[in-house]
Amino acid sequence: MKAVRTAAPRLGSLRRIGALVLRHLYLLRGSWPRVLELMYWPTVQMILWGFITIFLVGNSSWVAQASGVLISAVLLWDVLFRGQLGVSLVFLEELWSRNLGHLFVSPLRPWELVAALVTMSLIRTLIGVGGAALVAIPLFDYSIFDIGLPLIAFFVNLIVMGWSIGLLVSGLVLRHGLGAEGLAWFVVFALQPVTGVYYPIDILPVWLQKVAFFLPSSHVFTGMRAVLFEQVFRVDLLVTAVALNVVYLALGIVIFLYYFRVARIRGQLLHIGE
Amino acid sequence: MSGPVVAVRHATKRFDDVVAVDDVSFEVARGSTVALLGGNGAGKTTTIAMLLGLLLPTRGEIEIFGVDMIRHRYRVLPRMNFSSPYVDLPKRLTVAENLRVYGLLYGVRRLGARLREVAEALDIGALLKRRYGELSSGQKTRVTLAKALLNEPELLLLDEPTASLDPDTADWVRSYLERYRDRTGATLLLASHNMSEVERMCDQVLMMRAGRLVDRGTPQELLERYGRKNMEEVFIDIARERFAPAARAAGQGRK
Repeated sequence: MKAVRTAAPRLGSLRRIGALVLRHLYLLRGSWPRVLELMYWPTVQMILWGFITIFLVGNSSWVAQASGVLISAVLLWDVLFRGQLGVSLVFLEELWSRNLGHLFVSPLRPWELVAALVTMSLIRTLIGVGGAALVAIPLFDYSIFDIGLPLIAFFVNLIVMGWSIGLLVSGLVLRHGLGAEGLAWFVVFALQPVTGVYYPIDILPVWLQKVAFFLPSSHVFTGMRAVLFEQVFRVDLLVTAVALNVVYLALGIVIFLYYFRVARIRGQLLHIGE
Repeated sequence: MSGPVVAVRHATKRFDDVVAVDDVSFEVARGSTVALLGGNGAGKTTTIAMLLGLLLPTRGEIEIFGVDMIRHRYRVLPRMNFSSPYVDLPKRLTVAENLRVYGLLYGVRRLGARLREVAEALDIGALLKRRYGELSSGQKTRVTLAKALLNEPELLLLDEPTASLDPDTADWVRSYLERYRDRTGATLLLASHNMSEVERMCDQVLMMRAGRLVDRGTPQELLERYGRKNMEEVFIDIARERFAPAARAAGQGRK
């Protein structure tokens, strides 16, 4: 009977991942305030810390040694935050539009949804933080791109950590409903003091330094300061951050898929968002 | 393949202490149109959600096209589709964008041509550039139906396909579904509260109450069994536990 030809079922499909990415690009294209919002906070934060830097360069020998340290810190922190938010918000968008019921009666597999979420997170982060980084060049005569290749290592580690947290948050929202959506906005900030974004980890109490060791982001920011202050790229920090990220990303995916299965048992895919 | 398109055996769904679907078994033959009827909370939506693989049964087996839906749903999902006025499409996307995204998800080949075909068939050409959220209920129903027909499904599950539609639009939708079924030989399974729709479209009726399948048959058989003039009266009899003697004798009405 079949007149319309469809692709044969496969274990995974870039086309299906692309379809979901396209759905969210349509959303961005259809609303310029959304695109503006992506760049707004990273740019405002960067400007704030840029002026603080200008003040501190004349009043702090530490900042004077590497005037871009605070601007780099704020931009890289936003990579982590936007990376997490990118995953969580794109998933929440499906819940708000009550679209999960249609999505998961299509051949879309849960891991393909995860792949689409992280792809959209990458796009959103590049728009948001990339835009702010470009604004910093004429405004403060500072380019984070001067960090060179280590910047790629920092970016990848931070965004992957953001994805892990984003998947965990999305799983919790799937399990506990939209009452848990606030987690998407504040959960990552609990890690900020321990991460050492704006100061060395050494100033933390010893027990908190031990906690910081288990955060990939703390190794990234320590590595960033090593590059900016000492012009040294610390491979040991990179290896530790990558190892931790592998574990956390795997955990994030497993937790999300586990909660997805729980949602299929509890019937939340059809009704969540109502 | 000559087996049933849908085979449900002893399907049970329990949510904590609540049994939403209780030991339900039925089969749906290829090319037939089957109605799943029952009052609110009878277990219709839960049954449909299990058929779609959105919900895992606590117990029992569900096969679609002979494939175990619980373990291998991705093998059959491209051959089926679903439409419900209670499950939205993204409101901020235009109709064309929504249909393109779902066409890609279903892997529809020659998607542009298929979109034009479906748009023409469902008379939504003028809506393609409008955002889904701006449409009226009737327009939304036609668009979600278009989404459900993109892959020309062999099995189409419909949850109250004409709910909240005016009589003219509802009649148009029913006629379209009948033409689609006759043209493609597709199997339709629909949950509905509209008894005239059921009498007109369906050749089998499954009556549910409190999670159990309490009676079944063609609309004519049910009318005769309950001694009623229309399906609405049959529906009320079953909802109020006034089961037909034949259903009692079969042990269905008591459950």
